Amino acid sequence: MANEGSYYVPAQSKWPIIASIGLFLTLLGAGMMMNDMSAGVKDSSAHYVFYIGGLLMAWMLFGWFGNVIQESRSGLYSAQMDRTFRWGMFWFIFSEVMFFGALFGTLFYVRILSVPWLAGEGDGAMTHELLWPEFAAQWPLMVNPDNDLFVGAADVVDPFHLPLLNTLLLVASSITLTLAHHALRASNRVRVKQWLVATVILGVAFLFFQAAEYVEAYHELGLTLSAGIYGSTFFLLTGFHGAHVTLGAIMLAIMLVRVHKGHFEADNHFGFEAASWYWHFVDVVWVGLFIFVYLV
Amino acid sequence: MSTVTDSVEGTDVKAHEDHHGPAKGLMRWVLTTNHKDIGSMYLWFSFAMFLTGGAMAMIIRAELFQPGLQIVEPAFFNQMTTMHGLIMVFGAVMPAFVGLANWMIPMMIGAPDMAMPRMNNWSFWILPFAAVMLLSTLFMEGGGPNFGWTFYAPLSTDYGPPSTTFFIFSIHMLGISSIMGAINIIATILNLRAPGMTMMKMPLFVWTWLITAYLLIAVMPVLAGAVTMMLMDIHFGTSFFNAGGGGDPVLFQHIFWFFGHPEVYIMILPSFGIVSAIIPAFARKHLFGYTSMVYATASIAFLSFIVWAHHMFTVGIPLIGELFFMYATMLIAVPTGVKVFNWVTTMFRGSMTFEAPMLFSTAFVVLFTIGGFSGLMLSIAPADFQYHDTYFVVAHFHYVLVPGAIFAIFAATYYWLPKWTGHMYDETLAKVHFWMSFIGMNLTFFPMHFVGLAGMPRRIPDYALQFANFNEISSIGGFLFGTTQFLFLFIIIKCIRGGEKAPAKPWEGAEGLEWSVPSPAPYHTFTTPPDVK
Repeated sequence: MANEGSYYVPAQSKWPIIASIGLFLTLLGAGMMMNDMSAGVKDSSAHYVFYIGGLLMAWMLFGWFGNVIQESRSGLYSAQMDRTFRWGMFWFIFSEVMFFGALFGTLFYVRILSVPWLAGEGDGAMTHELLWPEFAAQWPLMVNPDNDLFVGAADVVDPFHLPLLNTLLLVASSITLTLAHHALRASNRVRVKQWLVATVILGVAFLFFQAAEYVEAYHELGLTLSAGIYGSTFFLLTGFHGAHVTLGAIMLAIMLVRVHKGHFEADNHFGFEAASWYWHFVDVVWVGLFIFVYLV
Repeated sequence: MSTVTDSVEGTDVKAHEDHHGPAKGLMRWVLTTNHKDIGSMYLWFSFAMFLTGGAMAMIIRAELFQPGLQIVEPAFFNQMTTMHGLIMVFGAVMPAFVGLANWMIPMMIGAPDMAMPRMNNWSFWILPFAAVMLLSTLFMEGGGPNFGWTFYAPLSTDYGPPSTTFFIFSIHMLGISSIMGAINIIATILNLRAPGMTMMKMPLFVWTWLITAYLLIAVMPVLAGAVTMMLMDIHFGTSFFNAGGGGDPVLFQHIFWFFGHPEVYIMILPSFGIVSAIIPAFARKHLFGYTSMVYATASIAFLSFIVWAHHMFTVGIPLIGELFFMYATMLIAVPTGVKVFNWVTTMFRGSMTFEAPMLFSTAFVVLFTIGGFSGLMLSIAPADFQYHDTYFVVAHFHYVLVPGAIFAIFAATYYWLPKWTGHMYDETLAKVHFWMSFIGMNLTFFPMHFVGLAGMPRRIPDYALQFANFNEISSIGGFLFGTTQFLFLFIIIKCIRGGEKAPAKPWEGAEGLEWSVPSPAPYHTFTTPPDVK
């Protein structure tokens, strides 16, 4: 591997095994916490397992990315390595697209097919007659087929209040991030920092309003996870999106730190680009959410 | 996933001097970034899981040896059928193919290693932890998963044991591993080919894995979505799969099979690649119809996304759906037929010899085709109302998975063992292994067609008296097939420990870059890319 231009194959690394143990403990702890919660165990110590796993994961991410950044900055990587990273990030985002595809598919299936069937449409006449003859299809579904088991929400979130504001915030954040990227290409580091700070602030503001919306949904609207399929899909889609915004904001914050440290060059900054691809992806998902979860 | 966010345009690549042989001791395997080490670990892990899932199959066959309940409780029988399926799919077959991909793809395309060697290690090391989590459910209160490997709601949500939570998280881990492994394979194939190795010059094993990896990245996240919704229904009061809250248990089946059908092609496409390497080598002819093989593989992958509801004909879907999924499913026979035609035509007037890899490959072509034909029978929606959930289905998918996926893995192992170990394996014993496996597996699964057509339901520990003879034959065949695999283990260990020295190219008609390096393959191959003409 001594030839110039050859592909960098790293030597042994301890991070993958630490990552495996960390992932295992995190999920084991999460599973124990959930089972203890559902079984009503009071003095559960499951969360310690979860925390240890989480700390291991955080340490691993810090160390592993640290290695990659160090190798990159010491010039071990080639143009070919750059393409590897690009393919890797591209397919990772594609996998995320498919994950959200499953969640959106669920929403469409329920709205277009199964709720109308429960109310007797299509081949559902006997289902309707035998199971819940009183049930009427509507969306948002406020009265569930078995409304004692799953108490429907009193009201739904007004799309033209917080959700519209959040849409504007996220779209604006995509613009500020693009401006930061342009500034980085022009080697204007002061501008990069300013636009990146603005992007992170917009992201955090989005998360703040999303949390406020959840509080309102739970305490004032009766819109909860157990409010039937409307609440289920609402929180599933917005919740996973929110988790992705959180991750994206952390990525961008790290990019901000790296810009401060003098990382990245005008023509060589894929770490930054990868984070911005991710951010634009969560932005696009939000536009889909705004239309199909809130508006239509 | 974790090494992908930073890089540098290489203008000043420094010398990197720490690449000699493997490190010593256990830590070599824990810390390694070498594709051959990781490939070996995948293959050994797969074999361990093959024996574990096989032991469960032996319990199933022992219980079904005669009618009545004699050996295990029905509840435990359910756990065995469930875990047998999960372990074989996620623990045995998929890791075996990833192991072969790790070993062979870099050598076949002239790459120094996989594109992301550290992430490669992580993809592997997640697996043992996921397997421990999955197997540990058997020892938990309430037992392990007992709802079938397809874990349909509400069996898995309202009626599943508490250990279902850990089953879900182990599926998440397996999914993370598969997605990272697939990203690595795609990046390797797209980016690390030697100069001159154009896409249409790649060996078919590389092509089929490229398409398989695409399928993995497309559908493993969908499976993650399905188990996440299950988890929410179990612990957080949602009603995705509960009609009382406006959800639908059938929705679970749609999501599951949207993953599940591409998944079955994930388990067969690499086999197509393996057989397409071996048949030309032992027929001493070039593969007939290379280009059509590539297009057929891509067509099968595309069709796999639009046929999922043929698993759900009897669940109650609209007539138009039944028709669409029936005809779409039948279409798959066309590209699959192209492949079988090409393999047979490659053999036609070839100068054939039947060493173990060729025996397994020839059996693959014949027996996989039988499994394909029973699939065609099942695709006929009105007929499926009779076959659904009977042993006919069990016969069908075991015919595509055992002489399909498993035989191809055996064939690949014998074909490339000389390259991996530097020794020839014991050909006589390997032939014994083949014939015992061939007879055992046909004895096991062929009678299942008959009992299935006669109406014996699957996943039931007891059966009506008239099925007794065929079940006895199936069980005897199962025990034969199961015990034979210890012979396979013996042959491999014997080959690793010694034997006739293998030349760089032990098979006269073999093609491909992997035969241009010595046997055993050096720890690092193609650190400078070869020129491919």
